[in-house]
Amino acid sequence: MTMLLQVEGITKRFGGLQALTKVTFDLPEGQILGLIGPNGAGKTTLFNVINGIYAADEGRVHFRNKNVTGYKPYEMARQGLARTHQIVRPLNELTVRENVMAGACFGRENHGLGEATKIANEVLAFVKLDGKADQLASSLNVAQKKRLEMARALAARPYLLLLDEVLAGLNPSEIASMVEIVKNIREQGVTIIMIEHVMKAVMNVSDRIIVLDYGQQIAEGTPQEIANDPKVIEAYLGDPKLAEKLMEED
Amino acid sequence: MKKWLNPGLWITLLITVAIGIWPIITQEAAKREVIFTVLMAIVFASSLNILLGYTGYVSFGHVVFFGLGGYVGMYLIKEYEASIWLAALAGGIAAGLLAFLLGKAILKLRGAYFALVTIGVNEAMRAFVNNFQPFGGPIGLELNFKVYKPYGGPADALWMVYYATFALAILVAVLSYAVKQSKFGLSLMAIREDEDAAEVMGVVPHNAKTWAFILSAILPGVVGVLFFFKNGNIEPAGAFRLHYSIENLVMVMLGGQGTVLGPVLGAFGYQRLRGFLVTNPIFKNIQLSIAGGLLLLIVLFIPAGAVGWLRNRFPRLRRVLS
Ligand SMILES: Nc1ncnc2c1ncn2[C@@H]1O[C@H](COP(=O)(O)OP(=O)(O)OP(=O)(O)O)[C@@H](O)[C@H]1O
Ligand SMILES: [Mg+2]
Repeated sequence: MTMLLQVEGITKRFGGLQALTKVTFDLPEGQILGLIGPNGAGKTTLFNVINGIYAADEGRVHFRNKNVTGYKPYEMARQGLARTHQIVRPLNELTVRENVMAGACFGRENHGLGEATKIANEVLAFVKLDGKADQLASSLNVAQKKRLEMARALAARPYLLLLDEVLAGLNPSEIASMVEIVKNIREQGVTIIMIEHVMKAVMNVSDRIIVLDYGQQIAEGTPQEIANDPKVIEAYLGDPKLAEKLMEED
Repeated sequence: MKKWLNPGLWITLLITVAIGIWPIITQEAAKREVIFTVLMAIVFASSLNILLGYTGYVSFGHVVFFGLGGYVGMYLIKEYEASIWLAALAGGIAAGLLAFLLGKAILKLRGAYFALVTIGVNEAMRAFVNNFQPFGGPIGLELNFKVYKPYGGPADALWMVYYATFALAILVAVLSYAVKQSKFGLSLMAIREDEDAAEVMGVVPHNAKTWAFILSAILPGVVGVLFFFKNGNIEPAGAFRLHYSIENLVMVMLGGQGTVLGPVLGAFGYQRLRGFLVTNPIFKNIQLSIAGGLLLLIVLFIPAGAVGWLRNRFPRLRRVLS
């Protein structure tokens, strides 16, 4: 198996706060990795380190066999990394289509506007936002803005996609449709790391899961193993029976 | 290319031409002077709009490019008998070069910090020129009448400067439109909306912002040369008038920041208003306070400006008003 991403001993402090402690994992191409843990565990911070928003205090990141430690966000974008934001960040005064075109224009493939328009239309149809293409991004509701984040990231045709709580704040039917979208993305060969609090969904789509707690990696394994891990149950899941409930298929 | 047939461009060009052609038809010197001020403001405001409207960075001290360009051009004309065209080119290059050097240093600052530093830059430049002997120090530079000879004497030279400014106003409209429709323009607007998110998408913010700053500086530098050449003299207090920057900011906001047509309408509307105020005995001394009050009202009630308001109110107009 070729490794798309290798994270080695990443440590990040904010003043006295230890946000990440020696986080280490390998991510093979084509997998979905779930990243879970309580609020403030350091999940978003880990994304911010991987995509270059924060420099790590210690540790290294390799992406496609290249040491990318200390790369800036725009350099990571050009290497083929894209992400969504936990708190959506639409380009409000631009149209939905222009938002997605920006994803296609400045990312790895560096397209011109003409090609970017084509890609934007395709991706918007894929996330079912094509009806809104000519509206301003500010006019979308939260669920639609989440899909816009997704579309913008996908338009860059990334090798690795970081999804930060794309299901948060969605109703059950919206969650189901978003989970379908995530599965479809994987079918296209895109590797994904997914931060999620909606346990059922993350257990359902992930090949593997890592659990963070106070910046420490307390567990790693298949969804089955994680759901039955006593440390995870204590730190995060709470109810031991919850695990079984989560793992049932509807 | 389809985008060159867009009414957004043609409406702007048509209005610019309609404004500029009026004194040419009537051949009246007085009208020419009035419209010259409007055309100069169109060039300045539309240039400023690339930074303010497209990129979202407020430059209060933008007049520094006008002043520096003016000085460089006047110096070349006076000391080296350079032609006005060469001088205008040099003024534009000097302004662009200053923007390039400043860009590296101050475009890291965001929001109010950037705006404040631009004021500081203008004041520092004024203080520097005040003590810079080659530029005549506090007295400035004065042209001898004979420099107008090659252009057929002062009267013809004034008309020639007018035509040149008219051409620049048309050029700036095309430039604004071309930038807005380009990939570079998209990167500027992405920065305006959310600089960090733009960087995550792969926009290189410091490059894009520096280019926007340079583009917004060049034509004010060129127009500075034309203006002071026409004037016949330049001095520090007149070249680096902070309130001229602020008036141009009002024009951009009035017409609609981030639109191609907005600064043109804003420049026309504001200069007409100003012309009325300065000739009116009651208002003539509080003309700048009125500009300030106007800015306040715009920011509070129609932050998108006239064209922006129309585009928001009537979404169909988006296709024709760019
Ligand atoms: N820029 C920052 N400066 C200081 N502290 C920060 C910064 N960013 C995050 N933190 C802190 O680091 C810790 C981890 O935050 P992070 O956002 O990574 O958590 P998270 O796991 O994503 O939580 P959530 O599930 O609530 O999104 C928190 O205590 C947070 O307050
Ligand atoms: Mg988070």
